[in-house]
Amino acid sequence: MNFFLSIVLSLGAVLLLVAIPWVGVGALDLSGFFGVFLPYVALIVFFVGLVYRVVGWACSPSPFRIPTTAGQQWSLPWIKHSWIDNPKGTFGVLVRMAFEVLTFRSLFRNTKLQFRSGPKIGYEWEKWLWLAALAFHYAFLTVVIRHLRFFTEPIPYFVQVIDHLDGFIQAGIAPIDGFMLPSVWLSGFVLLAAAAFLFLRRVLISQLSYLSLPADYFPLFLIGGIAFTGILMRYVWKVDIVGVKTLTLGLVTFSPKVPEGIGVLFYIHLFLVCALLAYIPFSKIVHMAGVFLSPTRNLSNNSRFVRHVNPWNYPVKVHTYEEYEEEFRDKMIEAGLPVEKEGSAE
Amino acid sequence: MAEKMMKPEQMAQITHRAPVFKGWMDAPVEIKQGIFCYAGKPQNLKYVDLPNPREWSPLDEDWKLPSNWKEIILEGLRERLERFRSLKIFMDICVRCGACADKCHFFIGGGDPRNMPVLRAELLRSVYRREFTQAGKILGKFAGARDLDYKVLKEWWYYFFQCSECRRCSLFCPYGIDTAEITIIARELLNLLGLNTDWISAPVANCYRTGNHLGIQPHAYKDMIEFFLDDIEGITGIRPEPSFNRKGAEVLFITPSGDVFADPGTYTCMGYLILFHYLQNLGLDLTWSTFSSEGGNFGYFTSHEMAKRLNAKMYAEAKRLGVKWILGGECGHMWRVLNQYMDTFNGPADFLEEPVSPITGTRFENAKTTKMVHITEFTADLIKHNKLKLEKSRNDHLKVTFHDSCNTARGMGLFEEPRYIIRNTCNYFYEMPENTIREQTFCCGSGSGLNAGENMELRLRGGLPRANAVKYVKEKHGVNMVACVCAIDRAVLPPLMDYWVPGVAVTGVHELVGNALILEGEKERETNLRGDPLPGMEEEEDV
Repeated sequence: MNFFLSIVLSLGAVLLLVAIPWVGVGALDLSGFFGVFLPYVALIVFFVGLVYRVVGWACSPSPFRIPTTAGQQWSLPWIKHSWIDNPKGTFGVLVRMAFEVLTFRSLFRNTKLQFRSGPKIGYEWEKWLWLAALAFHYAFLTVVIRHLRFFTEPIPYFVQVIDHLDGFIQAGIAPIDGFMLPSVWLSGFVLLAAAAFLFLRRVLISQLSYLSLPADYFPLFLIGGIAFTGILMRYVWKVDIVGVKTLTLGLVTFSPKVPEGIGVLFYIHLFLVCALLAYIPFSKIVHMAGVFLSPTRNLSNNSRFVRHVNPWNYPVKVHTYEEYEEEFRDKMIEAGLPVEKEGSAE
Repeated sequence: MAEKMMKPEQMAQITHRAPVFKGWMDAPVEIKQGIFCYAGKPQNLKYVDLPNPREWSPLDEDWKLPSNWKEIILEGLRERLERFRSLKIFMDICVRCGACADKCHFFIGGGDPRNMPVLRAELLRSVYRREFTQAGKILGKFAGARDLDYKVLKEWWYYFFQCSECRRCSLFCPYGIDTAEITIIARELLNLLGLNTDWISAPVANCYRTGNHLGIQPHAYKDMIEFFLDDIEGITGIRPEPSFNRKGAEVLFITPSGDVFADPGTYTCMGYLILFHYLQNLGLDLTWSTFSSEGGNFGYFTSHEMAKRLNAKMYAEAKRLGVKWILGGECGHMWRVLNQYMDTFNGPADFLEEPVSPITGTRFENAKTTKMVHITEFTADLIKHNKLKLEKSRNDHLKVTFHDSCNTARGMGLFEEPRYIIRNTCNYFYEMPENTIREQTFCCGSGSGLNAGENMELRLRGGLPRANAVKYVKEKHGVNMVACVCAIDRAVLPPLMDYWVPGVAVTGVHELVGNALILEGEKERETNLRGDPLPGMEEEEDV
């Protein structure tokens, strides 16, 4: 499957996902199905699926300690030990994992191959992937936290703080709050821009387009679609925000109500979110859980001084010294090598 | 090699652009001369009870597989998914961000897109998805899944024997996906069908029988060391007196057999012998073993089980001889196995004691359970405590750089110990560029059993990034010697240097020690261990 076909197929799949609620709510008026039933189903699939995956991974043991050591080992007391990149114990591992998960430390190392004739080979500064990944994930997180305002009453303080921080740009462009535009939340746009960057990167770098699967484009389009419909709802085709909150609060309090006239755009947004939630456990997006279990990162490099046990270790057939001496005894004696049994050498 | 090797300028014409309008699953695989290693011979497989021993050639249409080969592979994969969390996780969480793509030396030096680590893993992952995930079963190609067929199997064999398990990609992966782990397990699967290479299965059989990869029998092993003693006596006037298989010694010394067999490893071996002789008077009580005469472990390139079977000799011999602890020579994957597997494989070594240097009294706490110390840790400690009389100027004709071996770098973290020794034995030491050393070090291109002759093109290509970094310090500082702590490096870097950077030689760190160390009562040395005149002695040599 070449990249063009991959893109067409995944884009087609996302457009189909847009069409379903459009028809379902817009034409057939199934707002109960799309507003209540599907979100519950999606959430159940998400949680059960994720637990199923994590338990599945956890059921397989880590038979050997195989951390990728990225710094000086702990050895002689006068040699400076790189305790984060080559951890010798749990604390180092926790710090290493924290850097990995929160700052994408490994990705920060990224370089770009420069191959010139000669050959002259260089490994150049390349932080764009790291930066885009960081922007993408943190924008996504901010958006998720901001959305908690739809599921809480009163709205928790930290959500308001995030809202405020996210909307700081407002002060610069529109001095009168609420005039013309609602306050602009940066995160949605950052998310969309980062998704666009990650997409373009996949298309424009030939190596990446060669190895990309439809399963790589699809989530980008899906998340892009979610961000885009969200932005549309807020700034262009507004939906009945009070109605939305009635619905979402109803969902979390298990007393679902479906107010009239929210607007089909909301249902499209919601359906895409449901699709994403249900898709996560069965797709590459499970990396969000899997990274915590990655044996090259979450194990300490201590297998020379703390015994690590392999639960399925089994006895193996070995060639014993006795068999060895049996075969070579005469030669050994002749060469003056000590032997266990004085042999048949005449 | 029957065919003539292309010129470096030709070899360096590499494009890293991948074809745009053809997906990799549809691209054909051509098994090329110069890239692959010959097939394992039946007698070697039989000797260690590996499956499906037979004569076959990778270029043949028919690889003579059992009729149920597909079931064997899939059952093997299922079993390994249950045994290795690493495999399960690495199959599931790759997002194909491509950060690893241009980190692999084989891709950099060859341009074959299937050598991008992510794609190498996808070769296996695509089959995993089809057989073990719902998405792959239902969505097929759309989810990146494909059927396992004969073509796929050949592709696996071809590309999993083009990975040197160096782990450089895993360093850059945001999830720590380790292609070495995937390659190790893929090779394990291939071995279930008797798909392997001669350069791996012959050393395995040899090691099993004689204790070392080269099949050196006990008397010959001793003889070879005797030759070194002759040379050392000629150069220094002093003849070390090593012992073999001696019960009751305090320390057992195990090093790769390459060190007793091939230049320039042999000079490293002479370095060990000189050092041990020097330390004998200071209280070192050490023995060599002919039974456990191999540090390296080609079993590790076959399967975890075979790695364990070969590794077992070390503890078995230590126990038989009644030593207190084990000292290990300079080797790469040997030390990954010792550091990350040995105690788990064959421990607990409760019949040994926590290693203590008999000369300095230093307790090697980091080897508390394995009871095995790396010789550069041991020697660095000696130098730090001023126990060695060193004459650095004897190495003044050398401008040295240091090549970190992949395995001691990313599977252990041994960076400072060898550097400390080099700085104390040489006056001229220069580092290669930072993106090519330490944890980011480049493979020699021939690790993990790829150091055969018939795949020389692959080796030269894979070694290009390393050679290019050496070239940089050669041009900038006049470097003429690459030091390393790996026997495979010592065997394969010389042809690599000759090809890409002529004029640069290769040395083990303990060859530098052997040259600099002043033995008590030695005569004035005129040559180094290689028989080359020492700095300032050149003219006398001419007379």
